[in-house]
Amino acid sequence: MADLLTPPANEIEEFDPRSVIEEPLWRVRLRLGWRAFRKNWALFSENKMGIAGLLIIALFGIMALAHPVLMATVWQDHLEGGKSVYDIRAGADSVIVEKTIVEEVTDPLTQISQIEAMFMGTGVSIPQFGDTIEVPLANPAPPVLTGVKHPHILGTDPFGADVFSQLLFGARAAFLLGAIAAISSVALATLVGTISAYFGGVIDTVLMRLADLVILIPLLPLLIVVSGFWNVELTMLGILIGVLGGLGGTAIILKSQALSVKVKPFIDAARIAGGGHWRIITRHIIPNVLPLSFLYMMFAVTGAIFTEAALSFLGLLNIQQSWGIMINIAHTQGYTLEGVDVWWLMFPAGLSITLFSAGFFLVGRAMDEVVNPRLRKR
Amino acid sequence: MANTLQIESRGGRAGTPLLEVQNLVMHYGTKEGDVSAVEDVTFTLNNGEAIGLVGESGCGKTSIALTLLRLLPDNSVIKSGDVRLDGESLLELDEEQMRRRRWRDVSMVFQGAMNSWNPVYRIGDQIREALRLHWPETLTYQEETDRIAALFELVGLNPLTMERYPHEFSGGMRQRAVIAMALSCNPKVIIADEPTTALDVIVQDQILRELKKIQQELGMSIIYISHDIAVIAEVTERLGVMYAGKLVELGSTIDVFHRPKHPYSYLLLKSTPSITGPRRKLAPLEGEPPNLIQPPSGCRFHPRCPFVIEQCIEQEPQLTTVADGHAVACWNWQEVPEIGGLQK
Amino acid sequence: MSDTVIDSGAGTKTGPLLRVENLRKLYPVSKSLFREAHDFVHAVDDISFEIAPGESLGLVGESGCGKSTTGRMLTKLTDATSGQILLDDEGEMIDIAHIQRSDMRRFRRRVQMIFQDPFESLNPRRTVYDTVAESLTVQRIGSVQEREERVAALLHHVGLTPPESFLFRYPHELSGGQRQRVAIARALVIDPTFLVADEPTSMLDVSIRISIMDLMLKLAAEFNVSYLYITHDLAVARYMCDRIAVMYLGKIVEIGPTEELLANPRHPYTRALLSAVPVPDPGFKRERVDIKGGISKALNPPPVCRFLERCPKATDQCRTNDHPGFDDLGNGHFVACYNL
Repeated sequence: MADLLTPPANEIEEFDPRSVIEEPLWRVRLRLGWRAFRKNWALFSENKMGIAGLLIIALFGIMALAHPVLMATVWQDHLEGGKSVYDIRAGADSVIVEKTIVEEVTDPLTQISQIEAMFMGTGVSIPQFGDTIEVPLANPAPPVLTGVKHPHILGTDPFGADVFSQLLFGARAAFLLGAIAAISSVALATLVGTISAYFGGVIDTVLMRLADLVILIPLLPLLIVVSGFWNVELTMLGILIGVLGGLGGTAIILKSQALSVKVKPFIDAARIAGGGHWRIITRHIIPNVLPLSFLYMMFAVTGAIFTEAALSFLGLLNIQQSWGIMINIAHTQGYTLEGVDVWWLMFPAGLSITLFSAGFFLVGRAMDEVVNPRLRKR
Repeated sequence: MANTLQIESRGGRAGTPLLEVQNLVMHYGTKEGDVSAVEDVTFTLNNGEAIGLVGESGCGKTSIALTLLRLLPDNSVIKSGDVRLDGESLLELDEEQMRRRRWRDVSMVFQGAMNSWNPVYRIGDQIREALRLHWPETLTYQEETDRIAALFELVGLNPLTMERYPHEFSGGMRQRAVIAMALSCNPKVIIADEPTTALDVIVQDQILRELKKIQQELGMSIIYISHDIAVIAEVTERLGVMYAGKLVELGSTIDVFHRPKHPYSYLLLKSTPSITGPRRKLAPLEGEPPNLIQPPSGCRFHPRCPFVIEQCIEQEPQLTTVADGHAVACWNWQEVPEIGGLQK
Repeated sequence: MSDTVIDSGAGTKTGPLLRVENLRKLYPVSKSLFREAHDFVHAVDDISFEIAPGESLGLVGESGCGKSTTGRMLTKLTDATSGQILLDDEGEMIDIAHIQRSDMRRFRRRVQMIFQDPFESLNPRRTVYDTVAESLTVQRIGSVQEREERVAALLHHVGLTPPESFLFRYPHELSGGQRQRVAIARALVIDPTFLVADEPTSMLDVSIRISIMDLMLKLAAEFNVSYLYITHDLAVARYMCDRIAVMYLGKIVEIGPTEELLANPRHPYTRALLSAVPVPDPGFKRERVDIKGGISKALNPPPVCRFLERCPKATDQCRTNDHPGFDDLGNGHFVACYNL
């Protein structure tokens, strides 16, 4: 309707609305977004906890990024027997020969064949009868557990693989897992919570009972059972943790936030403006729930890391390398009780797990004060 | 032992000064700076008198009330000035001494008092708690019950209802109970902070009449704090108008309403719709209340004042007596027109 | 009746803009998943009134009388239990209470609302522009450029000048009065014919109430909107409205032109209400009309006059007959009472 858009006829004062609009809208929004970010950053950075957390996360970020860089450059110099000393799986102290698979030997206990066990977790497809593979021969000299001495900054694990290299690689795995778990968990929780709050009634009842069910089931035993049936790799683990975490307590918390938003008059106003369900949910409710969602994302990461560490420690995962695996290797090779003598086997990995989680937790706590104005100091 | 059933004001002879606020200055410390919440406020409350403090949100009236009871938050600082009750300075007391005077000498009917009842305790028990904390002698359970019954009857509540929980009371009943609690220790002065906000009109009228009756029967001294000048007109004899932390006018209620001397009082009166009198001959107040961290120079009202002259921007006016019992803080007060009474 | 459009033909130009007939809202109590409700709270209990084009009606009453519920039914935030709400849309009468989905869009362009709480009625995450332009955006009216211009024009109208400095501010950067101006701009941007205002000034400072009320009066005339003004404050209703309807416990007990009703109140409740309003003049002596205390029940009210429990003039007729219908006192003044 054209007449709606021309300025009202009875204009006493001189006013041309066209004179007002200078910048295109998208540029304005960009500017506003930047301003909002700066303001939140100012609030966030007042809190020493938050800065500390961010520094820790940045440290691990550098570690994760450094690994492939180092592997491709500096560490290529240290070669022995064709493989880098810093390879995360096997030390370079073994000799590789070619062999053909002629028969399969299956471990009666685990029902896993020797070939499967050998190739599990390497990311390579498991070879069949008649294939030719490279196999480390029984070493003339058995793999040596080395302490802190050149070229191994943090020593080696019982298989001779460099601990420092494994640590850096573990950071990559941690970020990947953390990201997948956190994002999927919170996206699901936000959606479930908001839909539950907005529609109420039967939908709400069903979703909330589902959430109750999810809270009821303990995560670790469930994952143990799942890992018995499926090959649980990193991505799959991330999604599993995300779904099972997201549908539970977080969904309920975000639902209560969505409820408190839903009853505010501006939602009524949006409805009166003609907004339908979808518009109100996406443009009005979710933006007001998201700050809380981001907050819970931080805590979801800590949970995911610890769960992975526990499962890897129990040897249930099919992951190439992670901090949990490092501890698992040390444990299964019998070094758990050796204590301080072989500190580099468990201590760096354990410390990394703790610090990484702590970093996200601190950031989460600091974000709490940004998101929840009542917590701020006067 | 004092007669526990006697409800009275322990103030002195009617007409003698009871509470003296002298040049009170109080600031709040915030991240953005010092908020000048109460700036050089002086007034006196006489025994048996009801005085009103009227002003909008942020003018400092609630801050004064909290100062009188020494219930200010941690970030507040009393910079200078004094508050004397019966000649004794309240600001020099330590917390323990003040606690003995709280409720016993000065009690309060809080803003939003309907929500200041703890929902998990009975109303009667909560008043009992006040008695136990502030009544000078230890009372037996029966004495407490009898006293609460007497209080309830005074405020128009059935004494049997003291066994009920707050959610079983209506809004008006809860407010009466709050007044009962304020009277529980026979105070010398009661501070009523927005006592009828959020009540329905008819209930508000009943409560105001109740308060007026109590004031007259007991000779109680009351300070009314409200943003609603119509309510203040009903129940007070003297009136102080506050703006941005300063007391800008002080006088008898009739004088301030019919012959206002400060432009803000005048505009406030002219911008209040009423069911009697001219329907729409009203004058709006332009602008917004000022930022108290950086208040305007000179007179704090000058940016919004239609009678502003040059002196107002440079010099801050002090409260000066310009007529019998009528003081104003304004350089140009003579220009402020009379309003006269409202005709039906 | 399946038709929502009642074509009254020619002649609606002089008829009312809005006609409410026998409107009711009942809330079921103690309803479980398996049992039908037996108890109902009669929030709005069979009310009827009219608003002429360009007229303003004040809906006055204490808390719980049903005035806010009525406002919500007129804007379809709540569905009516029964009754009709007829709105004149360019000659056609649409029944809002039974409106079809296809007509909703049109309806949203005709009827808008202004809320009580200036803090909570604006989405804190959206700018002033977003909020005011919402109805234009949802209904896909105009290009982005045109919408910005329209919003700027409205901001100028409501006194938020210069508009460019307000366009992209967030609510927390505005004062209460400024926020309410934004709310008014939002309501008027789509050029409605009818506005429901639910206590728009009760949460504002006293000194700025008048400026907001004057703004509303001015814009109502300029934009040619009628409005229903809901308030508990009779003085404000007098200032803003041509006619006033007094509600008690879901019923309208008296309705009439403002000055007439205030000078000559006939229903005992209206008289009690008027007598209880404090007057800003210490010399003014009010005539007090007392009513009995007591809480009348909105839950399953018995079929007698709703005011019976508290009425000082109740007679046997009031006790034995249903709630009284309207008596026409002439001059548009109606009262529902047996004892006039």
